[in-house]
Formats: sequence, structure tokens, C-alpha cells
Amino acid sequence: MADRPPRAGAGLKPEHQRHILEARPDVDWFEVHAENYMGAGGPPHHFLERVRALYPLSVHGVGLSIGSANGMAPGHLGRLKSVVDRYQPFIVSEHLAWSTHDGIFLNDLLPLPYTEATLSLVARHLDEAQTVLGRRILIENPSTYLRFEADGMPETDFLRALARRTGCGLLLDVNNVVVSAANHGFDARAYLEGFPYEHVGEIHLAGHAVLESDGEALFVDTHDRTIAPEVWSLFRDVIARRGVCPTLIEWDSDVPVWPVLEAEVRQAQSVLQTAGELDARAA
Amino acid sequence: MPAQPDGNGLADLQHRFARAVLQAALSVPDGIDQDVRPTRERRFGVYRKNVKASLAAALAARFPVVERLVGEEFFTAMALVFIEQHPPRSPVLAEYGAAFARFLEGFDPAAELPYLPDIARLEWSRQVAYHSADAGVAYVGRLAELPPEALDSVRLGLHPAMAVIASPWPIVSVWTTNTHDETPQAPAADWTGETALVTRPHLDVLVQRLPPGADLLVAELAQGIALGAAAEAVSRAHDSFDLATALATLFGAGAITTLSQGSSS
Repeated sequence: MADRPPRAGAGLKPEHQRHILEARPDVDWFEVHAENYMGAGGPPHHFLERVRALYPLSVHGVGLSIGSANGMAPGHLGRLKSVVDRYQPFIVSEHLAWSTHDGIFLNDLLPLPYTEATLSLVARHLDEAQTVLGRRILIENPSTYLRFEADGMPETDFLRALARRTGCGLLLDVNNVVVSAANHGFDARAYLEGFPYEHVGEIHLAGHAVLESDGEALFVDTHDRTIAPEVWSLFRDVIARRGVCPTLIEWDSDVPVWPVLEAEVRQAQSVLQTAGELDARAA
Repeated sequence: MPAQPDGNGLADLQHRFARAVLQAALSVPDGIDQDVRPTRERRFGVYRKNVKASLAAALAARFPVVERLVGEEFFTAMALVFIEQHPPRSPVLAEYGAAFARFLEGFDPAAELPYLPDIARLEWSRQVAYHSADAGVAYVGRLAELPPEALDSVRLGLHPAMAVIASPWPIVSVWTTNTHDETPQAPAADWTGETALVTRPHLDVLVQRLPPGADLLVAELAQGIALGAAAEAVSRAHDSFDLATALATLFGAGAITTLSQGSSS
């Protein structure tokens, strides 16, 4: 592997791990969902130990619920710390969302109203999480299907304020921007022009579905197909603004054979490669 | 937790949101943008579907034989009832489904298949075994190396992934044919009960039939009873108990991790 910071990576799926260990594909890094590695032992840890020995790893939490008004998922920060301590990832990330309420886990990333009260709550939880983990966490912009009457600030302002207040970084999911923009009728390009790039430590790319009903479309963040052309195009703009940044292809449902996922990683790699050469020339 | 002035509003919103996500009969909670196209009902429906479909898929992945026995459509309907009554309590989804077998016992529409709950128990034990702690296994040869006088006092340690499911139904036969055969074999006319042994000596989860009385031996061993006393207790309760066959099965499946001598019990 080249001696430079990791560029394009892929989500690690159980379907691919044997192949990855045998073929050792030329991919810079892998990302896993923390919650899949919270058991005591067995095949998940067996394979992740081996992949971790060969590649840099990022741990992406999907269950901490930093936006829950009644507190984050009970006991979960300790579990997340065990995974992080064991695997020493180069990135740890979570979501601007909530999923646990009154001890019940709703298996989705649910939306938050963007208010000062929400900001204080999320910042307080994030302070606690970063203190317990002893490191910076990146927070991902959500894909959303509805908005709240209480919304008082744009998402980009909320994320910027959160990063300033807590020192957290941001994970910019370009597909989420496209999904939310379509669902709420805003311009994805304008949103991305206002994004606080100085805090961005990782980029996600994924596929989405368009569900039509009575001539009205909702975009759904499905992670079950190739990345849309619009997302690739915006990704090039994002890299031009942000500079080279670790970029992940997420594919979590209808997982394809490895070469299909690897081709998406190659495409991201080539965008980053070109930008890297331009950066080097400018330096 | 002391409520903040308007943090309270968020708790209230999340309470109503969570209830409406799980219960299809409830209307979309207040506080969501109203004058929008597509409608807020359709938008809220995406969250409902995400939550329920993902949990139903998790259950289907965990209980594939139960799904095959009742059919996909019936399984999904049954899973949705279970999800409403027993939503997950942890973000670690590997832990979700422990209550499914008990739920099936009381699920009237599936009463025609009285063995379904025990099949679910077997499948749940496989799920637990997959994620349980790792441990090295002892080979049966270790037993043969012991001097004959030491056999009675040896204590056998059980693997953390091991589970035993005793059933009045032939659950191992039903599970096996529905797992490995393209067309499941018809059940034998005289169904006899079977006891399943689930183990994971290394990476693969194994399922096999335990010979008569072996489940009782496992229960004795689990209490730290020495082999001699354990075998004697099982023989008293079970005429046809054969210690050699039981040990060969347990060691062969990787159910035993340690052999130790000592007086603790």
C-alpha cells in the first residue's frame, strides 16, 4: 500500500471478507459498523482481526443515538469504546440522528429538529462520547424524509456550530445531501457551497432509490445499488473544494459480488488521484 | 434526567414519533411539516417501513427454517406482530429475537405447527453460538490418556457456545432437511422427540442429535459435577444411557473445552 493517507475505501461486508483476505485487493481502507462487532467472539471478530492486520480501518457507529432527548442508548458508549480500543481505527464516526427512546431501539436513523435546544443536547452527548473514547468523532449529515415545524436553522449551520462547540469533525455523505435535497426541494449544490469543509474528515458515497407514487417522488437512502451520476458529479466538486479526503463506498443491501463494489471504489480513487496530483502540483 | 426548558419538547416529540413508528394504527405525530408534497403521511411512512422491514429482515435471517416452514408472506406478517409487541431493547441487533420462540408459543395462527417454537429455539441457539466467546476444544483422546482411576473424578468444562435443546418433536430432522434439502423431506409418520446439540468449535456452527440421556449428562457437567458421579446420576434416571456414545458425541462436536482434576464442585 502506498505511503500516503488512505483515499478510497469500501464498507466491509461478510460476503466479501474471505475474498479480501485471499486476494488482498488494492483498496486503501475498510469501514465497519461498530454494532456488528459487539459480540464476545466468533466469525465477526475472527475476520475483522485479519482484515485489520492488512488495512486501515474506520469504525462507523449506527446505534449511539446522540440525538435522544432522554439520553444516548444505555450502555452503548462502553460497547463502542471496546470496539474502538480493540481495533484502533483511524476514524470513528456516528450520525446526527436518534434511534433509541425509552429503552426501545428503532432500527433507523431518525431525524432531529434543528433548534438551539437540540444543538445543546447533541453537543452535550458528543462531549461525553469524545471524552469516553478519548478521541475526536466525525458526525454524519443525515438523509431525511421530513422536516419539523420547529426547525430554526439550516442543517449546515447546525453542523458547523456542533463542530465548533465540541471539536468534532464531520462526515459528509454526498448521497444524503442529494436525497434530502430532492425530498425537501432545495438545491444540493447550494447546500454543498455552504458546507463547513474545514471540519470534514471523511466522505461517504452510496446509491439511493427513487420511489414514485402519483407522480410524486421520494428519494430513499437505500445503499443497495451503484452511485447515481449526480452524486459522482457533486463528489468531484466537493473534492475540488475540500481537497483529497478519505472516501467510502457504502453498499449494505443487495450486496453485489466484490468486483462490482471494487469498480465503484476505483472510480472514487480516480477522482481522488486526479485531485491529489493537482494538489501536489499546486504545493 | 432534569428536563431543559425546551429539551422537554424534544422528548415529547420523540415519544410520539417512536410510538407512531411502531404502531401503524397511530396517526403521524404533530410537529412535522404539514403543507408538503409528497404528504407528511407518505414521508413518515418511509421511517415506518425502514424500521419494520429492517427488523423483519433481521428476524428472517435469524430464523430461516421457521420462515421456510410457514412461508415468506406468513413469516413477515408474524414478524410484524412480534416487532410491535417486542421491539428491540438494544442497538446490537445480534441480540434481537431471544423472545421469538416464546412469542410463537402463544401465536395462534401458527398453532398448526406445534414444533415451531422449538425450531425457533434451535435457530436462536445457533445465533447465540455464532457470536459467543471463543474457546479451544479438547479432543476425546485426552480422556483416553487419563489413568483409569482418574476418569471418575475428571471434570469436563463446557464450551461457551454450546447449547442443548430438548424437544418432544424431531427438531434436528426438521431443521436439517429444511436447511440442506431443496425439497424438504416429509416427516416420518411416528414422530419421536429429539435433543439438539449446538456447538461452534471454531468458525462454523454445528447442529447434531444428542443420544438419549446426553442432555442430562450435560446438565450435570454444567454444575461442575465430576464425570463418575454425573454418569451415575444419569444412568439411574435413564435406562438406555450409554456414556461412551454420549462422550463421543460431545467431544466430537467440540462441546468440551477442558479436563480438570480437583475436588471443587
